[in-house]
This record gives sequence, C-alpha cells and structure tokens, in this order.
Amino acid sequence: MRARRTFAKWLVALGALHGIVVCAGFFAPYDPVEQDRKSPYLPPMRVHLMDANGHFHARPFVYSLRLREGSFDQYEEDTTEIHPVKFFLSGARYWILGFLPCRTHFFGAEKTRIYLLGTDAYGRDQFSRFLFGGQVSLLAGILGAGITLFLGLCVGAVAGYYGGWRDSVLMRFAELFLALPWLYLLFALRAFLPLAVGPLEAFFLIIAVIGAVGWARPARLVRGVVLSAKERDFVRAARGFGASNGYLLRRHILPETSSVLLTQAAILIPQYVLAEMTLSFLGLGVPEPVPSWGNLLSSLQQYSVLVSYWWMYLPALIMVPFFLGYLGLASSLQERREAYKIEMSSLGSLP
Amino acid sequence: MKRPRANTRCCWILSSLLLPLLALAGHRTAASPQQKSAAEELLVLPGEVGRPGGRLVMSLRGEPKTLNPLIVADTRSREVIAVMQADLVHINRATQLTEPALAKSWKISPDGLAYTLVLRQGIKFSDGQPLDADDVLFTFRVYLDENVHAPQRDLLIVGGKPIVVRKVDAHTVVFQLAKTYGVGERLFDGLAILPRHLLEKPYQEGKLGQIGSLATAADQWAGLGPFRLKEYVAGQRLVLERNPYYWKSDAKGNRLPYLDELVFLFVPNADAQVLKFQSGETDAISQLSAENFSVLSKQQRSYTMVDAGPGLEYNFLFFNLSDAEEKTSPEMQRKQKWFREVKFRQAVSVAVDREAIVRLVYQGRGAALWGLVAPGNRRWGNEKLAHPARSLERARTLLKEAGFSWGADPNGESTLLDSGGKPVEFSILTSSSNADRAKMAALLQDDLKQLGMRVQVVPLEFRSLLDRVTQTKEYDACVMGIASFDADPNSDINVWLSSGGTHLWNPSQAHPATPWEAEIDRLIEEQMSARTFEQRKKIYDRAQELLAENQPMIFLASPNILAGAKNSIGNFHPAVLEPYVLWNVEQLYLKMGTENATR
Repeated sequence: MRARRTFAKWLVALGALHGIVVCAGFFAPYDPVEQDRKSPYLPPMRVHLMDANGHFHARPFVYSLRLREGSFDQYEEDTTEIHPVKFFLSGARYWILGFLPCRTHFFGAEKTRIYLLGTDAYGRDQFSRFLFGGQVSLLAGILGAGITLFLGLCVGAVAGYYGGWRDSVLMRFAELFLALPWLYLLFALRAFLPLAVGPLEAFFLIIAVIGAVGWARPARLVRGVVLSAKERDFVRAARGFGASNGYLLRRHILPETSSVLLTQAAILIPQYVLAEMTLSFLGLGVPEPVPSWGNLLSSLQQYSVLVSYWWMYLPALIMVPFFLGYLGLASSLQERREAYKIEMSSLGSLP
Repeated sequence: MKRPRANTRCCWILSSLLLPLLALAGHRTAASPQQKSAAEELLVLPGEVGRPGGRLVMSLRGEPKTLNPLIVADTRSREVIAVMQADLVHINRATQLTEPALAKSWKISPDGLAYTLVLRQGIKFSDGQPLDADDVLFTFRVYLDENVHAPQRDLLIVGGKPIVVRKVDAHTVVFQLAKTYGVGERLFDGLAILPRHLLEKPYQEGKLGQIGSLATAADQWAGLGPFRLKEYVAGQRLVLERNPYYWKSDAKGNRLPYLDELVFLFVPNADAQVLKFQSGETDAISQLSAENFSVLSKQQRSYTMVDAGPGLEYNFLFFNLSDAEEKTSPEMQRKQKWFREVKFRQAVSVAVDREAIVRLVYQGRGAALWGLVAPGNRRWGNEKLAHPARSLERARTLLKEAGFSWGADPNGESTLLDSGGKPVEFSILTSSSNADRAKMAALLQDDLKQLGMRVQVVPLEFRSLLDRVTQTKEYDACVMGIASFDADPNSDINVWLSSGGTHLWNPSQAHPATPWEAEIDRLIEEQMSARTFEQRKKIYDRAQELLAENQPMIFLASPNILAGAKNSIGNFHPAVLEPYVLWNVEQLYLKMGTENATR
C-alpha cells in the first residue's frame, strides 16, 4: 500500500510539471523567439511587495531595469515607477496542444516586460524559453523512450520466445550495440544527416536517432522475462489447449513484461532528455532559435557567460525536479514490483 | 638538443667579447654590449626607452606549422615568422605608412618602373653572417621560382610579368617592374629576406619546402628579425631568444630588442587563453572577443586592457551568385533567381539592424559597416558612401518592386512569396567555431523573419564551409569575415577581382558574370597602375560605390581590436593591423621592479 501511495505522489508531481510545460504558452509571458534587443543579458527581475519608499503593496510589482550609463550589461532598477504584476493578460499568440489559438497569458505587466529568469544574449525571455524548450526536450525524451521500448519489446520477445539461433543472433547483436560508445555514435549519426534541416525535421531526426540507439538493454530485460514466462504452468496449459504463438505472446507473455517496461520507461525518459540536451548543447540538436533545454545551456560553453551571467545556469537548476520526478517514479515502480513479487512467491508457497 | 644550445652559448660569448671591442674602436662612450658598433648602420627608433632583460610569454592559438616563410599558410606560423624575419621596407602598424627597414632608403624612377633600394651597411643575420645584396637577389629568385610554390610569388607578378631584380653593388639593388604599380614600396612589406648561406644548398637540391620545421636545430636557422629560435617543446611551447645582431636601436643607442626571451605557449582555445592570462601564466593577450574583454576589464587588477579601435576585419553576408547552371538543382536555380535580383539584396541590406549587431555581438566595441573598407582603415574609405538607416518599410517597397508578395502561412504568419507564389526560404552558413558570426546570423534570421523570409542558420566547421563556398558551391547564403592584412586596397584584391579566389559570391570566374563586376575589375586594375594616391583613391571610391549599389556582399560590422597586457609591460601599444600586439615587439620591455610570468 505504501509503495502505491508514493507512486501516486510521484505521478501527480510529474503530471503537474508536465502540465505546466504542455501549457507553456499560457504560463510563459512571451514568445520564446522574440528578441528584445534593448535588454541583452538582463538579470532576473525581482518581484517586490515593498517599494523604494518603504510602502507596502498588496499586489506584487516589479521595477523596470535600465542599462547603467556607459555599460553594456550592467542594469539598475528604475524605481520611479512601479509596474504591478497582472494576471490573465492578453499577449503574444500561442497554440494550446498545437491547434487551439489563444492569447491569454498567466501573468505579465502592462508597461514593462517581466523577466523572471532574466534574458539571454539576444534579450529573449529565459523563463518562456525554458517552458517552451521543455516541450521539445521532454517530448523528445518520451517519444525516444517509446521507440526504444517498442524495439526492445519486439526484439526481446522474439529472442526469448522463439529461442534457438534467433535468440543467439539477436542477443549477440544486442551485445554489440551495448558495447558501442553511444554518445559518439549519436555524433556520427547526426553528422551523416543533412545539414540544413528545419526545426521539425531536426526534432524527429533526434528522436529517431536516440530512440534507435538504446534498444539493446530493454531487449535483454524483456527476453529474460519472456524466457521465464513461457515456462509458466498457465502458459504451458494454454499451449496444451492449442493456443497459437501469437495468442500466447499477446495474451499471456507480453503482459508479464509490463512492469519491467514501465520501470525502464521511467529510467529511460530522463536519460533521453539528457541525450537530447547533449546533442543540442553541442549544436547538433534542434536549430536556433527554437528553444530546447540543451540550446538554453549551450551558451554556458563560453567562459565569459560562465563568469558574468549567473542566471544562465538557472534552467539547469529548474530541470532538477523533472529528473527527480522520473527517478522517484522509477524507484517506486520497482518497489511495487518487488512487493508484488514477494506477494506472488508467498502465495505460491501456500499449501 | 645539446649541440645547438652549446653553439648558441658560443655565439653569446663571442658576441659579448667582440662587440665591446668593435664598439671601443668606434666610440669612446661605448661600454656595454648593448651599445651599437660604428660599422653598423642601425635604425634608431623613437619612443620610450626601456630596460633590457626579461621574458615575455604569450599564447598562440595552436602550434605553428613551420618557421619557413616560403611555405607558410597558417596565421600562427605567420605570427611567429613575423618576429623572426625582417623585410626591406616595412609598414608601420601604428601610422599605416611605410618606413625604412633593411633598406635604409629607396628611390623610384620617374617612369615608376624601377625601384632602387639601398641596404643598411654592416647588418648581420641572427647567426652572425653578414647581409648583402646577394641575399636579396637570392631571396627574390627563390620567391619567383615556380618550382618553390612560394605564396609570395603572386605578389611579385606585376603586369603579368615577374619583377626583375638586379644588383648594382654590394648594398644596392634595383627592382624592375613591367608596369607601374600603385602600391609602390608597400610591396616589400612582409617579404622576409632569407639567409643565402643557409638556404642555397637546400634550394639547389630542391628541398626548400621541407626545411624550417619547428624541430630545426637553433643553429640551422637564422633571420633578420628581433628574435631567433631557441627551443621548441612539441605540444607545449616555442621559445625564442633575443637576436644579438638585431639592426635597430632605441633613442639612447641601446641595441633592441629589450627582451631576452619571447615564449609562445600553444593554447588552442580562446577561453583557455583568457584563463592563462588571468592566472598570470601569460603576460599579454590579443584578439580578444568583446565578451572576454569585458570580463577581464571588470576584474582588472594588475593588467591594462586596451581597445585599439576598429580594425580591418569586415564581416558580411553574401548570397550564392555562382553560375554553374548545368550542375545546380531546379530548387537552387529558383533560389538564385531571388539572389540575382539586386533589389532583393538591397532589401536584405536595408532590413539588417547593424546597430544591434554592434551592440549585441560586440558589446558596442565595434562599428557598423556599409562597405568593404573598414573604419580602421584611415585613408581609403569612401566618405560619401551612404549609410542608410534600417528601414523595414523601404525593404518591403524594394521587394514589392522586384515582384515579391506576401501571403499567410497556416500558422497565420506572414510569408514572403516570390513571383511564382513559392515561399522565400533559405539557409545561412556560419562557421561553428566563431561565436560572433553565429550571433550575427541569429540576428539576421530574426531581422529577415520580419520581412517574411524563413531563414535557417547552419553552423558548419570552417573547412567544410569554405569547401562549400569555393568548391562545390552548394549553399544559399553565408556569413563570413575577412581581415585585411594591410590598409592598402591591394590586400583585398582577390575579393574585388572576379577572377579572385575570395571573390566569395562567385569565385574564380573565367569572365566577369555581370557588367558591374567587369567594371569593378577594370577599376581595380586601373588603380593598381595609377601613380598618385589621389588618382588611386578616386578610382577606388568609384569601385566602392559600385559594390554598395549592387550589394553582392551585405556588410554588417567591424570589431574593435582588443588586447591586454600586464601593467609591467612597457611600450604596450596595440595596433589595428596584424600583428596587433607584437608589431613593436623589439620595443616591449619589462618595467623595473616588476615580475613577469613565472615560467
């Protein structure tokens, strides 16, 4: 029971985080590619309740920032005017789930722009870019993991169920795949592909590449489960009654693999999000100006950014809850599976 | 490695013994080996008098490939060779004017075809061997020999014929040109005079291309520059030592250079160079990016940061205008129809926010650019050239006139359509190793989006980018930068001429593809043989106007030359011409009571 409760907790937390990313357009105040060329490398704005004269305001507000005289990247607060934070304002158009046009944003201000996480070299809002970038990176992770698990399931089921030379060939092939340094394989694969690809093509290329690379480990796991499942009594009984191979696989054997697959999914998704980030970080992912988490962090490759603009690290920090959520989910899934196993074995030992 | 060291020490002892003797013979005042001897005609440099001794450490972007000026192709080698060799006439990097160097004077005949150069007397190579007219003759024979494939050969072909060099006496040489040459004595800048006593044998054996590697023994290599080879540690550093026979002195008669040693560390990455400079491992740093410059300026403690002002680098966008009709795909031909439309290029140019490029890419340490002559060039820019402000309206009008129209894409964004109703989409290549140009491309992408053009930025490794632009010609547009090595128009001749290899939008043409390119070719040829500056300037101005009208290159911005050095370095005056920091290396010195890099 306890395992089930922690599982639900992780699931709700992850669901909420993903909900925010899915509705990025609503929660993000601005268009992620819009350049505010007057405000490059603007630090995160502070949301105040007390103004410069010590008066308290019930509605939170911000001060706009202006460049310090003669400086390029040093800003100071302009305390002459307060800009209250407004909710549900109309702003840049976005699409909910890719087809519903909408203009309402969760928050913003009327006369100034609010940069919660600061801006990048082109004056683009880092907060909006983080949310929209999450759409790209998380979707890449989820779809990539989906492809991997599908391939792993197919290969593992065939190898485990049919056995013999098919098993040997597929598993040797899988071992070969495991032995490959897959980061370099990703580089090589991406380098072979055409250069001038649009953001959408690049996105699907990345998914295909990272999805196709990691199938070997889940395939081995699935094979193990299938090997033991096919010797179970109920499977033998079903076979005795004349069930076909397809029926046995579909009805009795593959369902046995579901818990392994779920745990694998929870481990693989963050791993693949990281893979996407690695590719984008190195400039092989989704092309600019489309945001992705890797693109957001790629400016940190420059020494000057590293030492001058600390808020460029913030996206990396905010990613942590996402990864934590997935790993928590994976461990609670595993716990549940173990509890279930114990239950099964204790049942089995009953007279 | 033992023998060369022993030999150099030998040289040292000999010179320190001989010099005072010679000096005593000539001058009563002479007392130290720093003082010149009477027989030598030293060049006396004005400026602050420094203190001899010490070592200067700088980082180099990578390992130089060679010390041999005959096969040099990379900038790193060029930087090192510049401090080891000397030329007959030298361009002062600060004033951008010519000055006597190995030649103490020169005379140009009234018809402009014969240059008579008089060499300094009593000058020696860094190994102590004397220099005379035979070395000069040998040098130019080698440069002009087709079998040597020296990169300098092209510079010495004037009017289709190689320059003829004749010896008058041991210290006088006449250069005979087939045609008048507007560049004049600037021609001799950078042409290192080679030691005949070392190179004649390998030349006769046809082995000139194989000598001069960094592993050469120190006593097997010599030059006329302020420093000579001392030690090379593969992958780490190159150590040069003071040339005791150098032919310049300061105002007080002390023989230059002041520094005992010049060390180049091989640091491949710009950020690592900054870190080394910050930690005090190197004494000076040049070619800084604006961001790194501001990082260093903010943490300024014991170093001086210098913004030398706009340099000669020009960054630009160009479209693929090459005409390999039979090879190109129908799609490429469709795109090239837009690119060939001059109003399309003018519209792009007027839509570019140059001011934003200067601010966001160079943090204000640069200048917006509307022509090929960068603002760092004092004499040759055309002041009358228009600097139109950014205007999207004007751009739209131009595009409309050229038959483009606008439509809405499924997402409701406005899209530029060509006369056939197809959306205008293209990609811009940039070098992946150059962060500045990648930023420019990202800004261009956004500027052009506002005209409804869909632009993709493709970062590419520089070599494959160059291959695409000059060889396969499979690209749409490209952002690139060129740094002129001299202020004279001649240094950009390969960009101007339609037959030039860096005539990037359509390189190495057999015949000029358009009437205006033919006109530019004619003007550039004409200015080359014009004799006075005023004549040349007038013709060159016209060429600049033609370029601005036709916009084959859409000029963006020019960065300032940024450099820094420890406060202990004296005479540190970076120039806007290469080599930015080391142009006056012989005058750099370490101030009293200060410490330099520990290694």
